[in-house]
Amino acid sequence: MRYLPLTEADRSAMLGVIGAKSIDDLFVDVPAEARLSGPIAGLPLHASEIAVERHMTALATKNLSAGAAPFFLGCGAYRHHVPASVDHIIQRGEFLTSYTPYQPEIAQGTLQVMFEFQSQIARLLGCDVANASMYDGSTACWEAITMARRVTKRAKAILSGGLHPHYVSVANTMAKYTGDQLATSLPTFSPTPDTDDLIAQIDDDTSCVVVQYPDILGRIADLSKLAEAAHAKKALLIAVVTEPVALGAIKSPGEMGADIVVGEGQSLGVGLQFGGPYVGLFACSEKLVRQMPGRLCGQTVDAEGKRGFVLTLSTREQHIRREKATSNICTSSVLCALAMSVHMTLLGEKGLRDLAAINHAGASAAADRLAQVKGVDLITPTFFNEFTLKLSKEARPIVRTLADKGILAGVSLGRLYPGVDDLANGLVVAVTETTTPEDVETLASALEEVLA
Amino acid sequence: MSNLNPSGWRPTTPQASGAAGDDVTFTGNRALMLEEALIFEIGSTETTGVDFGTAPKATSRLGGLERGDTIGLPGLSEPETVRHYTRLSRQNYAIDLGLFPLGSCTMKHNPRLNEKMARLPGFADIHPLQPVDTVQGALGVINELAQWLITLTGMHGVAMTPKAGAHGELCGILCIKAALEARGEDRRILLVPTSAHGTNPATAAFAGFTVEDIPATPDGRVDLEALKARLGPDVAGVMITNPNTCGLFERDMKAISDAVHAAGGYVYCDGANFNAIVGRVRPGDLGIDAMHINLHKTFSTPHGGGGPGSGPVVLSEALSPYGPLPFTELYADGHITLVEEETVGDRHPHTFGRMTAFQGQMGMFTRALTYILSHGADGLRQVAEDSVLNANYVLRAMEDVLDAPFAKFGPCMHEAIFSDKGLPEGFSTIDIAKGLIDEGFHPMTVYFPLVVHGAMLVEPTETESKATLDQFIGALRSIANRAKQGDPALKAAPALAPRRRLDETAAARKPVLVWKDAALAQAAE
Repeated sequence: MRYLPLTEADRSAMLGVIGAKSIDDLFVDVPAEARLSGPIAGLPLHASEIAVERHMTALATKNLSAGAAPFFLGCGAYRHHVPASVDHIIQRGEFLTSYTPYQPEIAQGTLQVMFEFQSQIARLLGCDVANASMYDGSTACWEAITMARRVTKRAKAILSGGLHPHYVSVANTMAKYTGDQLATSLPTFSPTPDTDDLIAQIDDDTSCVVVQYPDILGRIADLSKLAEAAHAKKALLIAVVTEPVALGAIKSPGEMGADIVVGEGQSLGVGLQFGGPYVGLFACSEKLVRQMPGRLCGQTVDAEGKRGFVLTLSTREQHIRREKATSNICTSSVLCALAMSVHMTLLGEKGLRDLAAINHAGASAAADRLAQVKGVDLITPTFFNEFTLKLSKEARPIVRTLADKGILAGVSLGRLYPGVDDLANGLVVAVTETTTPEDVETLASALEEVLA
Repeated sequence: MSNLNPSGWRPTTPQASGAAGDDVTFTGNRALMLEEALIFEIGSTETTGVDFGTAPKATSRLGGLERGDTIGLPGLSEPETVRHYTRLSRQNYAIDLGLFPLGSCTMKHNPRLNEKMARLPGFADIHPLQPVDTVQGALGVINELAQWLITLTGMHGVAMTPKAGAHGELCGILCIKAALEARGEDRRILLVPTSAHGTNPATAAFAGFTVEDIPATPDGRVDLEALKARLGPDVAGVMITNPNTCGLFERDMKAISDAVHAAGGYVYCDGANFNAIVGRVRPGDLGIDAMHINLHKTFSTPHGGGGPGSGPVVLSEALSPYGPLPFTELYADGHITLVEEETVGDRHPHTFGRMTAFQGQMGMFTRALTYILSHGADGLRQVAEDSVLNANYVLRAMEDVLDAPFAKFGPCMHEAIFSDKGLPEGFSTIDIAKGLIDEGFHPMTVYFPLVVHGAMLVEPTETESKATLDQFIGALRSIANRAKQGDPALKAAPALAPRRRLDETAAARKPVLVWKDAALAQAAE
């Protein structure tokens, strides 16, 4: 077994030191009836590297990868080009195979990365502080809602219909057990998001309003009015960003008054990966920081006065507070956060703004072209790199048909909102710098054919 | 302002820090040990390491929300970026550099084959919402890994979506809650032994339960009689870690399960330490209803810097119907579907719902399956044996110089526990740990579990050779003896690391969590 260094001679020598006759002597505390006498039946034995590689490659080739098809999917996961050096850096053993920086003197690399990531994210989202990442956007969104309950001591959260339906599902699941009351709604094919509806629902019991920016249909709304209305009732505004590249082009939620901004950082540096691991973003105003879940890195000095970094404010955490902790989260997505941070460093402000401009221009051109197809209406007048089309037929079977032709056409609202007839004809199309004009033309022609 | 730090001030240069000592150089560097400024101090908003074609002008579809002011994000060219992160990486200890004996946090070799497989475009470059016909191979990975986990644990089902160990705990606890609700019972108490991971009570509380502690016996195990005495119609179940955080197997596990079941409750097992028993014991045979498995611990997926994790939860027949969405279903013809909200209906009416946006940590599933196939059923059993052998070897080699509170009660499992009892006045666990740093080893877990005063929890894992263990044992014995002799140099350790002991109190008292600008950073010094 190539990963196990002990030889049979080592094993017997070590048993001798321990004073045990056989390895079984070390398992004496396991009740006899629960001990297995040999390898579990029905499972294969160890395999060579080449055999494993063959097996896994065979499975991989059964998937249609995004790079092998005209590709237009978004809705919470985006395909961007990741510079080669990002993956090179995260594969360095000192990052890849290190652990939580419990001993800061020999973990300054990871800790400085966490501090730089926190600083980048705070600036990008427009907030005072950010943590060093969460599991993903959907769980970060739920954590923000529970944080709003702790801060306001109120239980009613108002969720926008433009919030990703999976994020809503996660919140619904948890709220069943925690006593939070969620007011949820569905999106509609309206050219503008549901800002006015949300404002109308805010009252003295409201802990927070949760709004996605850009929203699930791709629309962008000014959050200032919403922030004002929430604050007037002493409620918090939580903004959710699933496409951080957008913030290279549009105002950040923080600068429009959001108290907590959460999001999904997958779009920068991490890749699609069929849904995970991703990187949850979490930022807030300074006064809320002690209620914030997750890991935080802080700057300090060592015994010689040199600058250094440590994990800090851990008195909020489970390992100290047990059942009184701000959350049960024990880990983070530091390796993914590193990937995101490296990608952001490579881009810099200029690169991020250029990338955002390219995305927006490409999406605008694609929206114009696709709207020319007979049976297609563009229903989102404002968008960043993702927009919604209303087709003259149900979108879900069309997406399946186009997949058979090797085109990954977008996300049908039927997939996201099963059983909601009003949305069944909706198709959300994302365009990034990886999309070519030829890809758009291929999609337009295919839609022309199936909608004819 | 393009340069984010126009003053060029560097906090670690000798002029700025005022650091004293005969090793001070002009740059602050020490030969191969290089100081590295923050990206905010060396980057500028005009520099980029990525080439794009000419960026088009923004069109008018942004609803008047065009970004105005400078965001303040530093950019570096590609060589500067590579150098920055490479220099930072050299300030990190890692399993690729040496033994990482963190108890309760298994740090074993990360095979690079796993990385190579996870990066195949067929796995890395697929979208979570692609039509399921186009991702049959990915669903195949999930399904195959699920089958391994079920078989290895002797359980009935598995929930694959939890994104980390603590998220897995939450999943298991929500299954218990859903099962109780289905029975129409409102049981609000979860019993959690004092030796449990801190995540256990935090999870129970997060799911709306009230936590009650169960004491440990003097030999480091759950007090069965105390547990039995507390069971009743208000108790939803128990959360237990096995092997436990004292490195011991809970001998009474089956009796605990039987008693909890007889009282109408369920048994949650924290499976963080599954690598000690994989292939030798099936938790299902011990009456466990739910147990999370940290793929990043038992099955070697990288946990770089502390995450990401992945925490699938195996479930008993009683709890399986309540598991979360989405999950895979294999048909007789080999086709696999992904069961999401839409397909629940009459076929899966009991699921407690969705707990994360997509399918879980797919990238980790690929790595874990690669590792499992490499080991096979025989290799995995050997993993348990070697991890237990290595831990007992360290225990027996150290017990004459360090207090080992449970050594007299028999073998440990995959981790050995020591305490600071017997160290002279003024010396404690932290000094032993920091001394190990200067010896080139990452310290063990310190001050956990809380039930042992000044705890030192050593988990060597199965991927360490006897030669490495002998060197570690030699170093640890030397440090223990230095502590016993009151060597003052040990109090100042580490002396050879990139940083001396860091002031954690100052960091918490006046938190500096983001870079502001040179002047502010200087003020904080």
